[in-house]
Amino acid sequence: MIALVDYGAGNLTSVRKALTALGADFTVPSTPEDCRRAQALIVPGVGHFGATARLDAQWRDAIGSAAASGTPLFGICVGMQWLFEGSDEAPEATGLGAIAGRITRLDGNADRRLKVPHVGWNSLEFRGQARLLRGLATGAQVYFTHSYAAPVTAECVASTTHANTFSSVVERDNIFGVQFHPEKSGEAGLTILRNFLEVCG
Amino acid sequence: MLTKRIIACMDVRDGQVVKGVQFQQLRHAGDPAALARRYNVEGIDEVVVLDITATLESRQALARTINAVAHEIFLPLTVGGGIRSEEDAAAAVDAGADKVSLNTAALRRPDLITTLARRYGSQAVIVAIDAKRRDDGFAVYVRSGTTDAARDAVAWAREAEARGAGEILLTSMDRDGTKAGFDCEMTAAVSDAVDIPVIASGGAGSVDHFADVFTRGHADAALAASIFHYAESSVSELKQYLRANGVPVRL
Repeated sequence: MIALVDYGAGNLTSVRKALTALGADFTVPSTPEDCRRAQALIVPGVGHFGATARLDAQWRDAIGSAAASGTPLFGICVGMQWLFEGSDEAPEATGLGAIAGRITRLDGNADRRLKVPHVGWNSLEFRGQARLLRGLATGAQVYFTHSYAAPVTAECVASTTHANTFSSVVERDNIFGVQFHPEKSGEAGLTILRNFLEVCG
Repeated sequence: MLTKRIIACMDVRDGQVVKGVQFQQLRHAGDPAALARRYNVEGIDEVVVLDITATLESRQALARTINAVAHEIFLPLTVGGGIRSEEDAAAAVDAGADKVSLNTAALRRPDLITTLARRYGSQAVIVAIDAKRRDDGFAVYVRSGTTDAARDAVAWAREAEARGAGEILLTSMDRDGTKAGFDCEMTAAVSDAVDIPVIASGGAGSVDHFADVFTRGHADAALAASIFHYAESSVSELKQYLRANGVPVRL
């Protein structure tokens, strides 16, 4: 059973709908202990990094130790940002720290008419082999909506450029994350979700 | 590169898609879920469902319609029309909307923008502005275009952004349903005044109108209804044309 972690950031309806359409068996954990027993963990999220403050030390310990023992962990949008150490959007909130680095604001440039938030379809530039990206080609387009983004680290398997070049897909062993919304990215997004479900077995 | 978005709007009344001219003379255009399915195959980037009678008849957006559309597409879905309170917005979100569009209610209760942005994030809150040209600028109308709100569209868009709106949906009432082209000047005036994306609406009649509003109008996205409903121009043909004319689109 996959645990879909609900920490009150926006709505889970779209993620639930996509997982259901793909035939995934999932549940929303009510306690941190439920995460320790899960076959895989998905941390979704739309909105503000501050909402992740609800994932307190107990939740971080449970999710962190499950991930350390090899349980696949997938962060989506703010959920991916939370895999890092923290974010300038809400300095008081602590990230999981599974990936080193900090989330910073995209630097808009008025002269080039680049707006922040970055809203819409943009392309993934592949940087290496990734299980999450099987069946897709570099240049695949997916739907983003965010103002803050992750740095390009060793875990970055695809990057995207809007003002800055940032990590749009991260993958390291059993840790996965996407800055965009696979549940809102048409066929490309469903392929990525399906790839994660295959990793989960 | 971030692409320009093509958004299909479905004006819904009693569970059916309808379309008028300059907010009048409604005619039927089909079943929302069936249209959504077709648009998805053709490559639409987003879908908007507007419950057009909701404001006047005090009805909430039809949860059943939202749900049916949300099951057809894995694309961003916006719902508007008659969203007056946090409860109305929650009902739309629970039914499957990713974003809600506020119009009359945002002007009457601007704090609603902030409340919803805090609850769902700014990306989930669109402020829809219906405006007409006037000698001194662009006048905002509310209550389905029946009432002069005594506000200027540019100033109101700025305020909406400051209060937490994530996007502006700007409809030219002069052009709505006329197929005479988008109001590029009005769109550029609003788009240049805010940092959030502006969706241009009203007047789409041919593929070159879209190219115009993305270049001269500085629009981030363009929305149309009848041009897609009656298959006068398919979404894929439109996108091929835009790409050939140097406008980045998702193909």
